Amino acid sequence: MNRRTIPVLLTAGLLLSACTGVGGTSKGADAKAPDDPSKVSGTIKVLTVRTDLVQDGTLKKYAADFRKIYPKVKVEFEGLTNYEAEVKIRMNTKNYGDVLLIPAVIKKGDYPKFFASLGTQAERAKKYRFTGTTTVDGKVYGQSPVGVAPGFLYNKKVWQEAGITDWPTTPAEFLTALKAIKSKTDADPYYTNFAAQWPLTSWTYVNGSVSCDTGATTKLVESDPWAKGADLRVGDTLLYDIVHEGLAEKDPTTTNWEASKPRLAKGQIATQWLGTWAIVQFQDAAKKAGVDPADIGFMPFPTQVDGKFCAVIGPDYNQAVNVHSEHKAAARAWIDWFTDKSGYAKDNLSISPLKDASLPEVLQPYEEAGVKFIEVDDTEGARLKLIDSESEVGIYAPDYRQDLVDLARGARKGSLDDFLGDLGKRWTDAQQSVGTR
Amino acid sequence: MTGRRAARRKEPPPLPATDAKPGPPPRRARLWRGVTPWLFLIAPLALLLTFTYAPIVNMIAYSFTDWDGVSPELHYTGAGNYTELLTRPELFEVFFVSGYYLAASALQIVAALYFATILSFNVRFQNFFKGVLFFPYLINGVAIGFVFLYFFQDGGTLDSVLSLFGVHTDHAWLGTPTSANTSLAGVSVWRYTGLNFVLFLGAIQSVPGELYEAAELDGANRWHQFRYIIAPGIKPVLSLTVILSISGSLSVFEIPYIMTGGATGTETFVIQTVKLAFQFNKTGLASAAAVVLLLIVLAATWVQRRFVPDDRVDLV
Repeated sequence: MNRRTIPVLLTAGLLLSACTGVGGTSKGADAKAPDDPSKVSGTIKVLTVRTDLVQDGTLKKYAADFRKIYPKVKVEFEGLTNYEAEVKIRMNTKNYGDVLLIPAVIKKGDYPKFFASLGTQAERAKKYRFTGTTTVDGKVYGQSPVGVAPGFLYNKKVWQEAGITDWPTTPAEFLTALKAIKSKTDADPYYTNFAAQWPLTSWTYVNGSVSCDTGATTKLVESDPWAKGADLRVGDTLLYDIVHEGLAEKDPTTTNWEASKPRLAKGQIATQWLGTWAIVQFQDAAKKAGVDPADIGFMPFPTQVDGKFCAVIGPDYNQAVNVHSEHKAAARAWIDWFTDKSGYAKDNLSISPLKDASLPEVLQPYEEAGVKFIEVDDTEGARLKLIDSESEVGIYAPDYRQDLVDLARGARKGSLDDFLGDLGKRWTDAQQSVGTR
Repeated sequence: MTGRRAARRKEPPPLPATDAKPGPPPRRARLWRGVTPWLFLIAPLALLLTFTYAPIVNMIAYSFTDWDGVSPELHYTGAGNYTELLTRPELFEVFFVSGYYLAASALQIVAALYFATILSFNVRFQNFFKGVLFFPYLINGVAIGFVFLYFFQDGGTLDSVLSLFGVHTDHAWLGTPTSANTSLAGVSVWRYTGLNFVLFLGAIQSVPGELYEAAELDGANRWHQFRYIIAPGIKPVLSLTVILSISGSLSVFEIPYIMTGGATGTETFVIQTVKLAFQFNKTGLASAAAVVLLLIVLAATWVQRRFVPDDRVDLV
C-alpha cells in the first residue's frame, strides 16, 4: 500500500459507514392486533408480487371489503415485477412499505431488525400453519396467506389417451408413462420451461415429498442432498432422465412460460412440475383457449412411503409488517384480515393457512388417494440459506438445474454422477466453512 | 429602412470611458471571470460525482467487506475477497465467452467501415440506408433480447426465413454453447454495427472533398482512395472503436442475460458478478470482481494505447 492509496481507503471507509448506517434502530417492535376496528386509522402501503391482481383490480376489491370492517384504514398496493431484487435494495432504507412479503435474502436472524413481531409462536400456532418458517426467538414475524404443495400439473385427457389412468408410484413408472405419451400422442410429454428459469427451481421442493420426512430441511443442512437416495438426488435424477430420454420439449432454450399454459390446457404439453398455486392460472388459460379447465390435473411426486404418496405443504411468501411503519396496527389488521377473512386462499384454490379450514376442491383426488400431507420443519431454514449462498450451488436459483438439463441433452460434457457428486462436494465444503458439520 | 434605424437606436450607449482604459479589470469582475466556467460545470460535475464516482468509491469500499447486500451488519475482511477471486480460476473461465464477442467485433468493424465508405460517396437512397443501418442501435437492449428470442425459436423467424430459401434446418440455435454464443454475438453485431457506422461516417465526412477529386484525377480507384485517404484519415476514430469494442466484449451483459440468463455456456463475467451479488448475496465478493473487471479493461486500453499512440492526422 503506497501513500496514495491510504486517503482513498479512508474516504471509502467514511462513505461506507455513512451509507450503511440505516436499519436496525427499532429492533424488537411489536405489531399488535387492534382491539377496536373503528379506531384504527392511516394509509398503508402493501408490497406484492401479484402485479396481475394489482392491474386487474382484484386487490382493490379485497381492500374495499377490508374497509367495511376498518373504515378509517386506506390500503394502497404496489406490485413489483422483480420483487426480490427491488425490495432487497429498498430495505437498505426505512421506506419499504407498511406490509411486505419477506424476501428470501433476509437472514432469519435479522427479521427483528426489519419486521415487527405478530406475536408468540406458542399462541399463533394454535390457529395457523407454517408459523415455524418465520419464528425467531419464539416470536413470529410473518404469515403466509396461502399454503402450496408442489406437484405435477398434467393434462388428464392426454394421459388417458396414452392409456395411463393411475398415478405412477415410482420414478421409473413415471418415465414409462411419459414414454407412452410420446409414442401414443402428439404432445410433448414434459415441458421444462428452461428459458423462464424459475420453473426449474420448483424441483427443489421435491424435498420432503420423496422421503416423507418432516425433518427433510434439517437433513439438507446436515448431510449431502445429492447422496444416494437423498430427496434432491431422486428429483434431479428424474429430471435428468426425462430430458436424457428425449421426453422433454425439443428446444428447451427458447421456451415460453405464458405460452406453456394454454399449450398444456390444449393438450400439446402433457406434464409440468410446478405447484398448487399454478392450477388456477392454467385453468384460466384453459378458459381463454376455449377448452375444459377440468382437464387440468394435479399429481404428487412418484414415490411412495408405506404405500402412500406424500405431499409437502409449505407457505408461499410470508406477509410481514415493516418495523419502521407508522401504522403498525393498521398493517397488522390487514395481515390478519387477509389471512383469515379475505377468501384469498379459496380464490386461488390454495391450501388455507388456517388449521381448521378444509382442503380446496382441486386436491380432492389427493384425499381419495389417501395422500399424506406433511409440513417440513423449518427451524434450520436460515442455516440452509447460508450454506446455499456460501456454496454458490443455488438450490433456489435456476443455474444448476439449467446445467443439469444441458448435461442431459448433451450440450454439456460429463456424467450425471460426476455432476451431482460435484454439487455434493461444494455443499459439504460449505457446510464445513459455515460450521454445521 | 425604418427597422434598421430603430435597431440602431436600440444600441447600448457607448461604454463608459473608464472601461476603455487599459489595465486589469476590477477584482469583482476578475473573480466572476474565474468562477463562471465552474458555475456552468456544477450540474454535470455533480451528476458525474453522484452517479459515477461515488458508486465506484462505494463499490471499492464494499469489496473489502463481507456485506450480503441487505444486512445492517458488515465486517471488514481486508483483501480476503481479492484472494478468493484470484484463487478460484474457474471464475475467470467465463472470459472465453468474450472471445466470441471479440471475433464478432472484428466483423462488426469491418462491416461498419464498408458501409460507411460506400455511403459516404453518392449512392441512391443514401439517407434511407443510413437510417436502416443506424436504426438497431436506437432500440432498447431488453426489447432486442426478447425479439431475438422469437427469432431463434424452434420454427421461429430465422427458421422460416431459411426455409424460404429451401434450407430446412432442425437446429436449436441456442441449444449448444458454440451455437448459442455465436447467435448471441450475432445479435450484438446487429445491434452495434450502426453505432460504429455513424462514428466512421462522421470521420470520413470530415476528410476534405478536394482530396478525392485530386486522387481521381491522378487515376486512383475506390480501393486506392480508401487505402490512402480514408483509412489514414479516420485512424483516431478507428482506434477508439477498437478500444470500445474490446472493453465492450469483456463486459458483455444485456443480450445474453436477457436471452439465456447465462445458461448453456453463455455466462459472461458481468453475469457471473451479478449472480454473485444478487443470487448468492455475496455483494463484497461481487464488488471485488467488478473492481477486477475495471482493472482488466483499463489495462487492455492502456496496452492498446501503447501500441497505437494517438497521433495527429495530417493528410495534406
